[in-house]
Amino acid sequence: MNSANSPLGKPLDRVDGPLKVTGKACYAAEAEVPGLLYGAVVSSSIARGRIKGIDAAAAEALPGVRLVLTHQNRPPVASYDEPYEDDDAADGSPFRPLYNDRVLYSGQPLALVVAETQALARHAASLVRIEYEVEAHQTDLQAAREQAHDAPAELPEPRGDFDSACAAAAKRVDCEYGTPVEHHNPMEPHASIVQYQPGGELLIHDKTQGVQNCQRYLEQVFDMQGKIRVLSPFVGGAFGSGLRPQYQLPLAVMAALKLKASVRVELTRQQMFTFGYRPRTFQQLKLAADGEGRLRAIEHKAIGQTSRFEDFTEHEVEWSGMLYACDNVRLGYRLAPLDVYTPLDMRAPGATIGVYALECAMDELAHEVGIDPLELRLRNYTDINGNEGKRYSSKELRACYQQGAERFGWSRRPAQPRSLRDGHQLVGMGMATGVWEAMQMPASARACLDADGRLLVTSATADIGTGTYTAMTQIAADAMGLSMAEVEFRLGDSSLPQAPLEGGSATVSSVGSAVQRACAGLRQKLLDAVQQSPASPFTGANLETVEFVDGQLRLKSGEHAVPLRDIVQVSGALEAEASVKPDEKRDAWATGTHSAVFVEVRVDEDLGTIKVSRVVSAIAAGRIVNPKTAGNQIVGGVVWGIGQALHEETLIDHRLGRYMNHNLAEYHIPVNADIPEIDVIFVEEHDEIVNDLGSKGVGEIGIVGVAAAVANAIYNATGKRVRDLPITLDKVL
Amino acid sequence: MSENSSAAGQTCTISLELNGERRELQVQPWTTLLDLLRDQLGLTGTKKGCDHGQCGACTVLLDGRRINSCLTLAVMHDGASLTTIEGLASEATLHPLQAAFVKHDAFQCGYCTPGQICSAAGLAAENRASSRDEIREHMSGNLCRCGAYPNILAAIEDALPTLRGQEGAQ
Repeated sequence: MNSANSPLGKPLDRVDGPLKVTGKACYAAEAEVPGLLYGAVVSSSIARGRIKGIDAAAAEALPGVRLVLTHQNRPPVASYDEPYEDDDAADGSPFRPLYNDRVLYSGQPLALVVAETQALARHAASLVRIEYEVEAHQTDLQAAREQAHDAPAELPEPRGDFDSACAAAAKRVDCEYGTPVEHHNPMEPHASIVQYQPGGELLIHDKTQGVQNCQRYLEQVFDMQGKIRVLSPFVGGAFGSGLRPQYQLPLAVMAALKLKASVRVELTRQQMFTFGYRPRTFQQLKLAADGEGRLRAIEHKAIGQTSRFEDFTEHEVEWSGMLYACDNVRLGYRLAPLDVYTPLDMRAPGATIGVYALECAMDELAHEVGIDPLELRLRNYTDINGNEGKRYSSKELRACYQQGAERFGWSRRPAQPRSLRDGHQLVGMGMATGVWEAMQMPASARACLDADGRLLVTSATADIGTGTYTAMTQIAADAMGLSMAEVEFRLGDSSLPQAPLEGGSATVSSVGSAVQRACAGLRQKLLDAVQQSPASPFTGANLETVEFVDGQLRLKSGEHAVPLRDIVQVSGALEAEASVKPDEKRDAWATGTHSAVFVEVRVDEDLGTIKVSRVVSAIAAGRIVNPKTAGNQIVGGVVWGIGQALHEETLIDHRLGRYMNHNLAEYHIPVNADIPEIDVIFVEEHDEIVNDLGSKGVGEIGIVGVAAAVANAIYNATGKRVRDLPITLDKVL
Repeated sequence: MSENSSAAGQTCTISLELNGERRELQVQPWTTLLDLLRDQLGLTGTKKGCDHGQCGACTVLLDGRRINSCLTLAVMHDGASLTTIEGLASEATLHPLQAAFVKHDAFQCGYCTPGQICSAAGLAAENRASSRDEIREHMSGNLCRCGAYPNILAAIEDALPTLRGQEGAQ
């Protein structure tokens, strides 16, 4: 519809805002359930071996302790891999909690103590004694590099002839970059409440990015088809941590089945470090260019860590074959299995680290060639994704460079490193390009106009803070010509129409398209309803000759109008459901979002402390449904990028195979004082291929490139290249 | 404060003025203020993010001062006055900080938000942050993993004059 009154594209307040600021939004661990019991997880203290014995006598002897659940007394679970393979499973054999006596990683859940209060469960858990048969472990990727194997990923075939093109080139860069383990650490710990129903069915409140993913997983693992419903209306952050069912969920189900009672299992902050994470990697970048900086050859080879039971792969090196024009490209990706848990998709998985390495190498090449880093990007600009040999459906990256550079004042950047000072502060400026995919997944939605004229739209998607509630309400209000207040969008319930995992920046594209289509079906039903009467002024009209605006259905000629409320008062509630798959017209095109990030840093010359003092992020992501919530997403991504560049690293003591800083005091994420002004620009980008909305999603693109821009700014400030993240003061001094 | 024995073990009776209402409560001596609020009283607006005083999600106002409710035992506060996010405003209207947080989109997932708002209310009462950098510094005990910091700053900056005006008038 998109009339002047349409909410689409307007910077509206979040529809769930009032609930969140008053404490009324109900998260997974907060459902009120009568007779609730509380679980506490006992985690392994060794990285590899077997359980020889579990002594739970002291815990079981405490009044109020109801169960100590272990691999020896758990309810039956599936014994093949397939039932455990969720929608985001890696290749291999998924982890099975409390399955047998094997210890596969430090922190693995080995028992669950269930008691009448949380404090009692936690105390009793501390009394459980586990005797181990300890085996030698390896948790250090550096030491296991030689044991790496090719990742089971479909990499683009090498193109051209890298070796001869590289040898013949005038300028070369050959660098290795290291990135550490990082943990998602959403503010809300993972938690599940399993509500045991009188008939044995389970109503589950879970923290997840996919209620139907969790429902399917549990139905398969516990052989409970049709007996499980999963709710997740509010998610206190996830960033990928909720893409797979996490272990507190099956543990809570086991306890509920065993006790025929309702059980809550909430992980501690320390236990938030005992499942998926961004893997540690080493990446080798070889760039070769002619004397003017035109890329002649690119090689990007990565080694990442994985677990011994699954091969976790992400799109890490592909970006180097698509971001710039280059005829000779060779990509490689290997995995080294360690005695750790399987890594997990984490905000812009793969791109966050792969583009970091590429964009730092590009900065090094610019210095090698002796041209401005932005000019180097422009000389290698392309509208074609070289991996696929396809033109982008839209790519306004040039506008990002131009508008971002202007807003930032890039022209004032000193070409010579360590040449700009402000007292004791060395000032530097850096930039980088960002890129992410513009995916669309099959999704469904239902739109129902009730007899009072209120529109209820539903889909089993999630809002992890991304603004799904608000964006979908805007899309539906636009499609039906209703006001925001007349529309409600409901999500986070596995019984609602099918939706994909909420991830990959694909929700607006996927679920938004389904909402649009369901509303189109509803418009037809409303028109059919008014045409029931033989004397209807709408006789002969069709969807092309009518419009839905201001709560009315009216002829475009303006002769007749009828409020939607009047139609449903006669017809009764009307409903339409739609399922949408990506359109085939997408196949001929490459699709993606792009960004240009500009960063200023200040490095204390004496102390090495680094402060990001300014950021401009220019984004090309198609049509922006809500600039307020989308801008917030980009800001959040930039904050994550600053954390990646300067703060975040989960450290393992390899002698113990155990994390050392598994808490929020020692795992540093940015705080308010670390974050400067962040200026977000959405450049105009029209796209009629990507989906009917022309919208690409913004959850990931904000982080991509930021760490490289920070690293490049630090080089510009200090003249020092630090090639392993995070860039802490000891590395700069 | 008095001590009692019950099936749940030893409990103590404390008196709290909770969100303006005087309450007599039975608490176990090891129960934190946070667990009292969330698990015993169903006031789940106060959040548990780390249980170690490292994230600020559990910030509440105790006798008008902001504290991490996970780091203190309920029995230590007999006779105290406690304000949580549920009691910050009247039922019908939002507190100026709550309204400013909505207006400036000062959150995404919303989990740290009650703690941020209570912390900002405490900050306003402290009357010591006047510049943007000072607000940033004095709000750095409240983590926001979504990274909504610039909007949190804008919301607080927007609401502070109103809040200080109210206090000046009192």
